[in-house]
Amino acid sequence: MTVRIGAGAGFAGDRIEPAIDLAKRGNLDFLVFECLAERTIALAQQAKLGDPRAGYDRMLERRMRAVLEPCWENGTRIVSNMGAANPLAAAEKVREIARDLGLRGLKVAAVKGDDVLEHVGNLDLIETGCTASALGNRLVSANAYIGAASLAAALDAGADVVICGRASDPALFLAPLIHRFGWGLDDWDRLGKGTLVGHLLECAAQITGGYFADPGIKDVPDLARVGFPLAEVEPDGSAVITKLDGTGGMVTRATCIEQLLYEIHDPAAYLQPDVIADFSGVIFEEVGRDRVAVSGATGHEATGKLKVSVGYRDGWIGEGQISYAGPGCVARGHLAIDLVAERLALRNGEIDEHRGELIGWNAVSGPAPHGTPEPPEVRMRYAARCRTRETAGIVAEEVENLYLCGPSGGGGATGRIREVIGIASGFLDAGRVETRFELLED
Amino acid sequence: MKLGDIAHVRTGDKGDTSNVAIVAYRSEDWPRLDAALTAERVARHFGAPDTGDISRYALPQLHALNFVIRGALSGGVTRSLALDAHGKCRGATLLDMDLPTD
Repeated sequence: MTVRIGAGAGFAGDRIEPAIDLAKRGNLDFLVFECLAERTIALAQQAKLGDPRAGYDRMLERRMRAVLEPCWENGTRIVSNMGAANPLAAAEKVREIARDLGLRGLKVAAVKGDDVLEHVGNLDLIETGCTASALGNRLVSANAYIGAASLAAALDAGADVVICGRASDPALFLAPLIHRFGWGLDDWDRLGKGTLVGHLLECAAQITGGYFADPGIKDVPDLARVGFPLAEVEPDGSAVITKLDGTGGMVTRATCIEQLLYEIHDPAAYLQPDVIADFSGVIFEEVGRDRVAVSGATGHEATGKLKVSVGYRDGWIGEGQISYAGPGCVARGHLAIDLVAERLALRNGEIDEHRGELIGWNAVSGPAPHGTPEPPEVRMRYAARCRTRETAGIVAEEVENLYLCGPSGGGGATGRIREVIGIASGFLDAGRVETRFELLED
Repeated sequence: MKLGDIAHVRTGDKGDTSNVAIVAYRSEDWPRLDAALTAERVARHFGAPDTGDISRYALPQLHALNFVIRGALSGGVTRSLALDAHGKCRGATLLDMDLPTD
Protein backbone atom coordinates (compact mmCIF):
# COMPACT_ATOMS: atom_id res chain seq x y z
CA MET A 1 0.00 0.00 0.00
CA THR A 2 1.69 3.16 -1.24
CA VAL A 3 0.37 6.56 -0.20
CA ARG A 4 0.64 9.34 -2.75
CA ILE A 5 0.86 12.73 -1.10
CA GLY A 6 1.44 16.02 -2.89
CA ALA A 7 2.28 19.61 -2.02
CA GLY A 8 -0.25 22.15 -3.30
CA ALA A 9 1.41 25.28 -1.90
CA GLY A 10 4.64 26.11 -0.10
CA PHE A 11 3.73 29.61 1.07
CA ALA A 12 0.72 31.89 1.30
CA GLY A 13 1.09 33.38 -2.15
CA ASP A 14 2.21 30.28 -4.02
CA ARG A 15 1.17 29.48 -7.59
CA ILE A 16 -2.18 27.75 -8.01
CA GLU A 17 -1.82 26.07 -11.44
CA PRO A 18 0.60 23.33 -10.29
CA ALA A 19 -1.83 22.42 -7.49
CA ILE A 20 -4.70 22.13 -9.98
CA ASP A 21 -2.53 19.85 -12.11
CA LEU A 22 -1.80 17.63 -9.10
CA ALA A 23 -5.47 17.58 -8.12
CA LYS A 24 -6.56 16.58 -11.62
CA ARG A 25 -4.00 14.00 -12.64
CA GLY A 26 -1.81 13.31 -9.64
CA ASN A 27 -3.82 10.27 -8.57
CA LEU A 28 -3.17 11.53 -5.06
CA ASP A 29 -4.46 10.29 -1.75
CA PHE A 30 -3.68 13.62 -0.09
CA LEU A 31 -2.91 17.15 -1.21
CA VAL A 32 -1.37 19.46 1.39
CA PHE A 33 -1.32 23.26 1.30
CA GLU A 34 1.26 24.93 3.60
CA CYS A 35 0.44 28.63 3.63
CA LEU A 36 1.31 30.05 7.04
CA ALA A 37 4.45 32.12 7.66
CA GLU A 38 5.72 33.25 11.05
CA ARG A 39 3.88 36.52 11.31
CA THR A 40 0.90 35.70 9.10
CA ILE A 41 -1.10 34.41 12.04
CA ALA A 42 -0.61 37.61 14.05
CA LEU A 43 -1.85 39.65 11.09
CA ALA A 44 -4.79 37.26 10.74
CA GLN A 45 -5.54 37.63 14.44
CA GLN A 46 -5.75 41.39 13.97
CA ALA A 47 -8.14 40.90 11.07
CA LYS A 48 -10.28 38.62 13.26
CA LEU A 49 -10.48 41.27 15.97
CA GLY A 50 -12.13 43.53 13.40
CA ASP A 51 -14.42 40.83 11.97
CA PRO A 52 -15.13 37.50 13.75
CA ARG A 53 -15.62 35.74 10.41
CA ALA A 54 -12.21 36.85 9.13
CA GLY A 55 -8.73 35.76 10.14
CA TYR A 56 -8.07 32.95 7.69
CA ASP A 57 -5.92 32.85 4.58
CA ARG A 58 -6.98 35.34 1.94
CA MET A 59 -6.35 32.88 -0.90
CA LEU A 60 -8.35 30.07 0.69
CA GLU A 61 -11.37 30.67 -1.51
CA ARG A 62 -9.38 30.91 -4.74
CA ARG A 63 -7.41 27.77 -3.95
CA MET A 64 -10.41 25.74 -2.87
CA ARG A 65 -12.53 26.80 -5.83
CA ALA A 66 -9.69 25.62 -8.05
CA VAL A 67 -9.01 22.20 -6.53
CA LEU A 68 -12.02 21.07 -4.51
CA GLU A 69 -13.93 19.50 -7.37
CA PRO A 70 -11.08 17.47 -8.89
CA CYS A 71 -9.95 16.39 -5.42
CA TRP A 72 -13.46 15.24 -4.57
CA GLU A 73 -13.80 13.34 -7.85
CA ASN A 74 -10.44 11.65 -7.43
CA GLY A 75 -10.76 10.78 -3.77
CA THR A 76 -7.95 13.16 -2.81
CA ARG A 77 -8.25 14.55 0.70
CA ILE A 78 -6.92 17.98 1.59
CA VAL A 79 -4.93 19.15 4.60
CA SER A 80 -4.02 22.80 5.10
CA ASN A 81 -3.07 25.41 7.68
CA MET A 82 -5.01 28.07 5.77
CA GLY A 83 -7.23 28.41 8.84
CA ALA A 84 -4.58 30.78 10.29
CA ALA A 85 -6.26 32.54 13.23
CA ASN A 86 -9.74 31.22 12.47
CA PRO A 87 -9.85 27.56 11.33
CA LEU A 88 -13.56 27.26 12.05
CA ALA A 89 -14.51 30.18 9.81
CA ALA A 90 -12.18 28.80 7.14
CA ALA A 91 -13.80 25.37 7.38
CA GLU A 92 -17.25 26.92 7.07
CA LYS A 93 -16.05 28.80 4.00
CA VAL A 94 -14.81 25.55 2.44
CA ARG A 95 -18.18 23.94 3.12
CA GLU A 96 -19.94 26.88 1.51
CA ILE A 97 -17.73 26.54 -1.59
CA ALA A 98 -18.44 22.80 -1.71
CA ARG A 99 -22.18 23.50 -1.66
CA ASP A 100 -21.73 26.07 -4.40
CA LEU A 101 -19.92 23.50 -6.51
CA GLY A 102 -22.56 20.90 -5.82
CA LEU A 103 -20.23 18.56 -3.94
CA ARG A 104 -22.68 16.82 -1.65
CA GLY A 105 -21.50 15.10 1.49
CA LEU A 106 -18.05 16.67 1.62
CA LYS A 107 -16.84 16.71 5.23
CA VAL A 108 -14.66 19.50 6.52
CA ALA A 109 -12.82 19.46 9.84
CA ALA A 110 -11.52 22.47 11.73
CA VAL A 111 -8.64 21.73 14.09
CA LYS A 112 -8.46 24.05 17.07
CA GLY A 113 -6.35 24.49 20.14
CA ASP A 114 -3.18 26.08 18.76
CA ASP A 115 -4.40 29.50 19.97
CA VAL A 116 -2.90 29.68 23.48
CA LEU A 117 -3.22 33.42 24.03
CA GLU A 118 -5.03 32.80 27.31
CA HIS A 119 -2.28 30.55 28.68
CA VAL A 120 0.86 32.51 27.92
CA GLY A 121 0.92 35.23 30.56
CA ASN A 122 3.89 33.73 32.40
CA LEU A 123 5.57 32.39 29.29
CA ASP A 124 9.23 33.44 29.11
CA LEU A 125 10.04 34.82 25.69
CA ILE A 126 13.51 34.09 24.38
CA GLU A 127 13.90 37.11 22.10
CA THR A 128 12.51 39.81 24.38
CA GLY A 129 13.87 38.42 27.66
CA CYS A 130 10.54 39.10 29.38
CA THR A 131 7.25 37.31 29.87
CA ALA A 132 4.43 37.55 27.36
CA SER A 133 2.29 39.52 29.79
CA ALA A 134 5.00 42.20 29.98
CA LEU A 135 4.06 43.09 26.40
CA GLY A 136 0.76 44.39 27.76
CA ASN A 137 -1.71 45.54 25.16
CA ARG A 138 0.89 45.15 22.43
CA LEU A 139 0.40 41.37 22.62
CA VAL A 140 -1.63 40.26 19.59
CA SER A 141 -1.42 36.50 19.30
CA ALA A 142 0.10 33.37 20.79
CA ASN A 143 0.01 30.12 18.89
CA ALA A 144 1.56 26.77 19.65
CA TYR A 145 3.04 24.69 16.87
CA ILE A 146 0.80 21.68 17.27
CA GLY A 147 1.64 18.21 16.04
CA ALA A 148 -0.02 15.69 13.78
CA ALA A 149 -2.26 13.85 16.27
CA SER A 150 -5.44 15.91 16.03
CA LEU A 151 -5.03 16.30 12.27
CA ALA A 152 -4.75 12.53 11.93
CA ALA A 153 -7.76 12.07 14.21
CA ALA A 154 -9.81 14.35 11.95
CA LEU A 155 -8.82 12.19 8.98
CA ASP A 156 -9.72 9.06 10.99
CA ALA A 157 -13.17 10.59 11.51
CA GLY A 158 -13.60 10.83 7.76
CA ALA A 159 -12.80 14.47 7.03
CA ASP A 160 -12.24 15.15 3.33
CA VAL A 161 -10.70 18.52 4.11
CA VAL A 162 -8.79 19.29 7.31
CA ILE A 163 -8.16 22.94 8.12
CA CYS A 164 -5.92 24.00 10.97
CA GLY A 165 -4.12 27.10 12.12
CA ARG A 166 -0.60 26.92 13.49
CA ALA A 167 0.85 23.44 13.21
CA SER A 168 4.37 22.38 12.51
CA ASP A 169 4.72 22.35 8.71
CA PRO A 170 5.92 18.73 8.42
CA ALA A 171 3.01 17.63 10.66
CA LEU A 172 0.61 18.57 7.86
CA PHE A 173 2.17 15.76 5.84
CA LEU A 174 2.90 13.43 8.75
CA ALA A 175 -0.77 13.36 9.79
CA PRO A 176 -2.05 11.62 6.63
CA LEU A 177 0.74 9.03 6.95
CA ILE A 178 -0.14 8.33 10.58
CA HIS A 179 -3.79 8.06 9.58
CA ARG A 180 -3.25 5.78 6.61
CA PHE A 181 -0.47 3.55 7.96
CA GLY A 182 -1.64 3.45 11.57
CA TRP A 183 1.77 4.49 12.84
CA GLY A 184 1.95 4.75 16.62
CA LEU A 185 2.45 8.19 18.13
CA ASP A 186 5.51 6.73 19.89
CA ASP A 187 6.93 5.05 16.80
CA TRP A 188 9.79 7.52 16.77
CA ASP A 189 11.59 5.94 13.84
CA ARG A 190 8.61 6.13 11.49
CA LEU A 191 7.57 9.54 12.77
CA GLY A 192 11.10 10.70 11.95
CA LYS A 193 10.82 9.24 8.46
CA GLY A 194 7.39 10.79 7.91
CA THR A 195 8.70 14.13 9.15
CA LEU A 196 11.41 13.94 6.51
CA VAL A 197 8.82 13.41 3.78
CA GLY A 198 6.92 16.43 5.11
CA HIS A 199 10.02 18.55 5.37
CA LEU A 200 11.03 17.74 1.79
CA LEU A 201 7.57 18.55 0.41
CA GLU A 202 6.49 21.50 2.53
CA CYS A 203 8.12 24.17 0.36
CA ALA A 204 6.52 22.76 -2.79
CA ALA A 205 8.60 23.75 -5.86
CA GLN A 206 11.73 24.21 -3.79
CA ILE A 207 12.42 20.50 -4.36
CA THR A 208 11.34 20.36 -8.01
CA GLY A 209 13.74 22.95 -9.38
CA GLY A 210 12.43 26.15 -7.82
CA TYR A 211 14.93 28.23 -5.85
CA PHE A 212 17.67 26.28 -7.63
CA ALA A 213 18.39 27.67 -11.10
CA ASP A 214 21.73 29.35 -11.78
CA PRO A 215 21.97 29.77 -15.57
CA GLY A 216 24.89 27.98 -17.18
CA ILE A 217 25.74 26.25 -13.91
CA LYS A 218 22.53 24.77 -12.55
CA ASP A 219 20.03 24.92 -15.38
CA VAL A 220 16.44 23.90 -14.74
CA PRO A 221 14.28 22.80 -17.70
CA ASP A 222 11.00 24.62 -18.28
CA LEU A 223 11.03 26.39 -14.93
CA ALA A 224 8.07 28.53 -16.05
CA ARG A 225 5.84 25.47 -15.79
CA VAL A 226 7.52 24.00 -12.73
CA GLY A 227 5.50 21.14 -11.25
CA PHE A 228 4.87 20.72 -7.55
CA PRO A 229 6.23 17.60 -5.85
CA LEU A 230 4.58 14.47 -4.65
CA ALA A 231 5.89 11.60 -2.58
CA GLU A 232 5.08 7.92 -2.96
CA VAL A 233 5.40 6.74 0.62
CA GLU A 234 5.63 3.14 1.79
CA PRO A 235 4.35 1.84 5.14
CA ASP A 236 7.94 1.64 6.44
CA GLY A 237 8.37 5.38 5.81
CA SER A 238 10.67 5.12 2.82
CA ALA A 239 9.60 7.26 -0.11
CA VAL A 240 10.21 8.38 -3.66
CA ILE A 241 10.03 12.11 -4.37
CA THR A 242 8.80 12.88 -7.85
CA LYS A 243 6.58 15.16 -9.94
CA LEU A 244 4.07 14.73 -12.73
CA ASP A 245 5.20 13.94 -16.27
CA GLY A 246 4.91 16.93 -18.55
CA THR A 247 5.54 19.51 -15.86
CA GLY A 248 8.64 21.71 -15.79
CA GLY A 249 11.47 21.62 -13.32
CA MET A 250 13.35 18.57 -12.11
CA VAL A 251 13.78 16.31 -9.12
CA THR A 252 17.40 15.30 -8.64
CA ARG A 253 19.73 14.33 -5.84
CA ALA A 254 20.94 17.94 -5.78
CA THR A 255 17.47 19.52 -5.49
CA CYS A 256 16.68 17.07 -2.69
CA ILE A 257 19.87 17.76 -0.73
CA GLU A 258 19.32 21.52 -0.90
CA GLN A 259 15.78 21.13 0.40
CA LEU A 260 16.84 18.62 3.08
CA LEU A 261 18.99 21.28 4.73
CA TYR A 262 16.68 24.23 4.09
CA GLU A 263 15.93 25.91 7.42
CA ILE A 264 17.43 23.03 9.36
CA HIS A 265 19.86 23.58 12.21
CA ASP A 266 21.33 20.37 13.66
CA PRO A 267 20.39 17.72 11.08
CA ALA A 268 20.50 15.08 13.83
CA ALA A 269 17.95 16.91 15.99
CA TYR A 270 15.14 18.57 14.09
CA LEU A 271 12.79 19.46 16.92
CA GLN A 272 9.17 18.75 16.10
CA PRO A 273 6.07 18.53 18.29
CA ASP A 274 5.70 14.82 17.50
CA VAL A 275 9.32 13.66 17.39
CA ILE A 276 12.95 14.74 17.34
CA ALA A 277 13.68 13.88 13.75
CA ASP A 278 17.18 12.77 12.84
CA PHE A 279 18.18 13.50 9.23
CA SER A 280 21.91 12.95 9.75
CA GLY A 281 21.93 9.59 7.93
CA VAL A 282 19.61 10.48 5.07
CA ILE A 283 20.47 9.04 1.66
CA PHE A 284 19.11 10.08 -1.73
CA GLU A 285 19.26 7.85 -4.79
CA GLU A 286 18.12 8.75 -8.29
CA VAL A 287 15.98 5.80 -9.37
CA GLY A 288 14.52 7.25 -12.56
CA ARG A 289 13.97 10.48 -14.37
CA ASP A 290 12.70 12.99 -11.81
CA ARG A 291 12.47 10.19 -9.26
CA VAL A 292 14.60 10.25 -6.12
CA ALA A 293 14.37 7.56 -3.44
CA VAL A 294 14.88 8.82 0.09
CA SER A 295 15.77 6.73 3.12
CA GLY A 296 17.84 6.79 6.29
CA ALA A 297 15.89 9.21 8.48
CA THR A 298 14.96 8.19 11.99
CA GLY A 299 13.64 9.82 15.13
CA HIS A 300 13.80 10.04 18.90
CA GLU A 301 11.27 10.72 21.61
CA ALA A 302 9.72 14.20 21.39
CA THR A 303 10.75 16.82 23.93
CA GLY A 304 7.26 17.20 25.40
CA LYS A 305 7.44 20.93 24.81
CA LEU A 306 5.70 22.89 22.09
CA LYS A 307 7.16 26.00 20.56
CA VAL A 308 4.87 28.97 20.95
CA SER A 309 5.06 31.93 18.60
CA VAL A 310 3.93 35.22 20.11
CA GLY A 311 3.03 38.17 17.90
CA TYR A 312 3.16 41.71 19.24
CA ARG A 313 2.83 45.21 17.86
CA ASP A 314 6.25 46.76 17.61
CA GLY A 315 5.84 50.14 15.97
CA TRP A 316 5.96 51.09 12.32
CA ILE A 317 8.54 50.88 9.57
CA GLY A 318 8.78 53.78 7.17
CA GLU A 319 10.79 53.24 4.02
CA GLY A 320 11.69 55.16 0.89
CA GLN A 321 13.77 54.48 -2.21
CA ILE A 322 15.24 56.64 -4.96
CA SER A 323 17.63 55.83 -7.83
CA TYR A 324 20.86 57.44 -9.05
CA ALA A 325 22.73 56.59 -12.26
CA GLY A 326 25.93 57.47 -14.10
CA PRO A 327 29.35 58.56 -12.85
CA GLY A 328 29.36 59.30 -9.14
CA CYS A 329 26.07 57.49 -8.51
CA VAL A 330 27.48 55.77 -5.42
CA ALA A 331 28.69 59.06 -3.92
CA ARG A 332 25.35 60.74 -4.65
CA GLY A 333 23.55 57.77 -3.10
CA HIS A 334 25.67 58.08 0.05
CA LEU A 335 25.00 61.82 0.19
CA ALA A 336 21.27 61.07 -0.05
CA ILE A 337 21.50 58.68 2.90
CA ASP A 338 23.38 61.29 4.97
CA LEU A 339 20.81 63.97 4.16
CA VAL A 340 17.86 61.83 5.19
CA ALA A 341 19.64 60.78 8.38
CA GLU A 342 20.41 64.38 9.30
CA ARG A 343 16.87 65.56 8.59
CA LEU A 344 15.40 62.70 10.60
CA ALA A 345 17.78 63.35 13.51
CA LEU A 346 15.30 66.03 14.58
CA ARG A 347 12.95 63.17 15.41
CA ASN A 348 15.44 60.95 17.15
CA GLY A 349 13.22 60.12 20.11
CA GLU A 350 10.61 58.65 17.80
CA ILE A 351 12.95 56.45 15.77
CA ASP A 352 14.34 53.29 17.37
CA GLU A 353 16.49 52.03 14.53
CA HIS A 354 17.37 53.23 11.05
CA ARG A 355 19.29 51.98 8.07
CA GLY A 356 20.42 53.50 4.79
CA GLU A 357 21.91 51.50 1.92
CA LEU A 358 22.44 51.41 -1.82
CA ILE A 359 20.71 48.62 -3.70
CA GLY A 360 23.15 47.28 -6.27
CA TRP A 361 26.07 48.16 -4.00
CA ASN A 362 25.72 47.12 -0.36
CA ALA A 363 22.07 46.33 0.43
CA VAL A 364 21.77 42.56 0.41
CA SER A 365 25.32 41.20 0.23
CA GLY A 366 27.07 43.16 2.96
CA PRO A 367 29.59 45.98 2.50
CA ALA A 368 31.02 46.30 -1.02
CA PRO A 369 34.61 44.98 -0.93
CA HIS A 370 37.36 47.59 -1.31
CA GLY A 371 38.13 48.21 -4.97
CA THR A 372 34.70 47.17 -6.28
CA PRO A 373 34.11 49.05 -9.55
CA GLU A 374 31.23 51.52 -9.51
CA PRO A 375 28.02 50.04 -10.95
CA PRO A 376 26.09 51.95 -13.65
CA GLU A 377 23.29 52.71 -11.20
CA VAL A 378 22.26 52.32 -7.57
CA ARG A 379 18.99 52.62 -5.72
CA MET A 380 19.17 54.37 -2.37
CA ARG A 381 16.97 52.84 0.30
CA TYR A 382 16.30 54.26 3.72
CA ALA A 383 14.24 52.45 6.35
CA ALA A 384 13.48 53.29 9.97
CA ARG A 385 11.51 51.63 12.73
CA CYS A 386 9.39 54.30 14.40
CA ARG A 387 7.16 54.63 17.43
CA THR A 388 4.25 56.04 15.45
CA ARG A 389 2.68 55.74 12.06
CA GLU A 390 3.10 59.47 11.59
CA THR A 391 6.88 59.35 11.99
CA ALA A 392 7.09 56.36 9.64
CA GLY A 393 5.27 58.47 7.07
CA ILE A 394 7.83 61.23 7.47
CA VAL A 395 10.65 58.78 6.73
CA ALA A 396 9.04 58.01 3.38
CA GLU A 397 8.45 61.72 2.76
CA GLU A 398 12.06 62.67 3.48
CA VAL A 399 13.20 60.25 0.77
CA GLU A 400 10.74 61.74 -1.72
CA ASN A 401 11.96 65.19 -0.72
CA LEU A 402 15.34 64.26 -2.18
CA TYR A 403 13.90 65.11 -5.57
CA LEU A 404 14.10 68.86 -4.93
CA CYS A 405 16.29 69.04 -1.83
CA GLY A 406 18.76 66.24 -2.50
CA PRO A 407 21.68 65.28 -4.76
CA SER A 408 21.69 65.70 -8.52
CA GLY A 409 19.76 63.30 -10.71
CA GLY A 410 17.55 61.34 -8.33
CA GLY A 411 14.64 59.49 -9.93
CA GLY A 412 11.88 56.97 -9.34
CA ALA A 413 11.21 57.71 -5.67
CA THR A 414 8.81 55.43 -3.85
CA GLY A 415 7.72 55.23 -0.24
CA ARG A 416 5.68 52.99 2.00
CA ILE A 417 4.86 52.38 5.63
CA ARG A 418 3.86 49.19 7.41
CA GLU A 419 3.03 48.13 10.92
CA VAL A 420 5.64 45.91 12.55
CA ILE A 421 4.43 42.70 14.09
CA GLY A 422 7.29 41.37 16.15
CA ILE A 423 7.51 37.64 16.78
CA ALA A 424 8.96 36.16 19.93
CA SER A 425 8.94 32.55 21.02
CA GLY A 426 8.86 30.36 24.07
CA PHE A 427 8.02 26.79 25.02
CA LEU A 428 4.90 25.39 26.66
CA ASP A 429 4.44 21.90 28.09
CA ALA A 430 2.62 19.94 25.40
CA GLY A 431 0.14 18.75 28.02
CA ARG A 432 -1.11 22.30 28.45
CA VAL A 433 -2.12 22.61 24.81
CA GLU A 434 -5.40 20.85 24.15
CA THR A 435 -6.13 20.29 20.50
CA ARG A 436 -9.38 18.99 19.10
CA PHE A 437 -11.25 18.95 15.82
CA GLU A 438 -14.76 19.86 14.87
CA LEU A 439 -16.32 18.04 11.95
CA LEU A 440 -18.74 20.02 9.80
CA GLU A 441 -21.19 17.86 7.92
CA ASP A 442 -24.21 18.67 5.84
CA MET B 1 39.47 28.13 -7.93
CA LYS B 2 36.22 29.45 -6.50
CA LEU B 3 33.88 27.64 -4.15
CA GLY B 4 31.17 28.02 -6.80
CA ASP B 5 33.23 25.81 -9.16
CA ILE B 6 32.70 22.79 -6.94
CA ALA B 7 29.61 23.45 -4.83
CA HIS B 8 26.10 24.89 -4.73
CA VAL B 9 24.34 26.65 -1.91
CA ARG B 10 20.91 27.17 -0.35
CA THR B 11 20.11 29.65 2.41
CA GLY B 12 17.25 29.54 4.88
CA ASP B 13 16.13 31.44 7.96
CA LYS B 14 14.34 30.85 11.25
CA GLY B 15 13.79 33.82 13.51
CA ASP B 16 17.13 35.58 13.90
CA THR B 17 19.13 32.57 12.73
CA SER B 18 20.38 32.00 9.21
CA ASN B 19 21.44 28.64 7.83
CA VAL B 20 23.56 28.13 4.76
CA ALA B 21 23.90 24.68 3.21
CA ILE B 22 26.79 24.03 0.83
CA VAL B 23 26.85 20.90 -1.30
CA ALA B 24 29.67 19.55 -3.47
CA TYR B 25 28.54 18.67 -6.99
CA ARG B 26 30.93 15.72 -7.21
CA SER B 27 32.03 13.27 -4.53
CA GLU B 28 35.71 13.78 -5.41
CA ASP B 29 35.43 17.42 -4.36
CA TRP B 30 33.99 16.65 -0.95
CA PRO B 31 37.36 16.40 0.90
CA ARG B 32 38.39 19.79 -0.52
CA LEU B 33 35.07 21.37 0.50
CA ASP B 34 35.21 19.80 3.95
CA ALA B 35 38.76 21.02 4.51
CA ALA B 36 38.33 24.54 3.15
CA LEU B 37 35.07 25.55 4.76
CA THR B 38 35.83 25.81 8.44
CA ALA B 39 33.45 27.57 10.80
CA GLU B 40 36.09 30.31 11.22
CA ARG B 41 36.29 30.95 7.49
CA VAL B 42 32.53 31.15 7.07
CA ALA B 43 32.13 33.34 10.16
CA ARG B 44 34.74 35.71 8.74
CA HIS B 45 32.98 35.83 5.38
CA PHE B 46 29.67 36.78 6.98
CA GLY B 47 31.25 39.20 9.41
CA ALA B 48 29.90 37.18 12.36
CA PRO B 49 31.28 38.59 15.62
CA ASP B 50 32.89 35.29 16.59
CA THR B 51 32.58 31.59 15.88
CA GLY B 52 30.50 31.16 19.04
CA ASP B 53 27.62 32.35 16.89
CA ILE B 54 28.14 29.72 14.22
CA SER B 55 27.73 25.95 14.17
CA ARG B 56 28.96 23.64 11.47
CA TYR B 57 27.35 20.28 10.66
CA ALA B 58 28.77 17.84 8.13
CA LEU B 59 26.80 15.21 6.18
CA PRO B 60 29.59 13.31 4.41
CA GLN B 61 27.26 10.86 2.67
CA LEU B 62 25.60 13.82 0.95
CA HIS B 63 28.84 15.79 0.49
CA ALA B 64 27.14 18.61 2.31
CA LEU B 65 27.86 21.10 5.07
CA ASN B 66 25.29 23.08 7.02
CA PHE B 67 26.28 26.33 8.73
CA VAL B 68 23.94 27.81 11.32
CA ILE B 69 24.61 31.46 12.10
CA ARG B 70 22.80 32.87 15.12
CA GLY B 71 21.99 36.55 15.49
CA ALA B 72 22.59 37.04 11.78
CA LEU B 73 19.30 38.63 10.74
CA SER B 74 18.99 41.91 12.67
CA GLY B 75 16.31 40.47 14.92
CA GLY B 76 14.56 38.32 12.34
CA VAL B 77 12.34 38.82 9.36
CA THR B 78 9.47 40.52 11.14
CA ARG B 79 11.49 43.34 12.77
CA SER B 80 14.51 43.69 10.54
CA LEU B 81 14.95 46.83 8.46
CA ALA B 82 16.97 44.92 5.90
CA LEU B 83 15.81 44.80 2.29
CA ASP B 84 16.39 41.04 2.31
CA ALA B 85 15.16 40.48 5.84
CA HIS B 86 15.41 36.71 5.40
CA GLY B 87 19.09 37.04 4.55
CA LYS B 88 18.47 34.74 1.61
CA CYS B 89 20.77 36.54 -0.81
CA ARG B 90 23.96 36.39 1.20
CA GLY B 91 24.54 32.65 0.97
CA ALA B 92 25.26 32.97 -2.73
CA THR B 93 28.11 35.38 -2.00
CA LEU B 94 30.00 32.48 -0.41
CA LEU B 95 30.38 30.95 -3.87
CA ASP B 96 32.91 33.67 -4.74
CA MET B 97 35.25 32.46 -2.01
CA ASP B 98 38.73 31.45 -3.20
CA LEU B 99 39.73 27.84 -2.61
CA PRO B 100 43.31 26.61 -2.44
CA THR B 101 44.32 24.56 -5.50
CA ASP B 102 46.47 21.45 -5.00
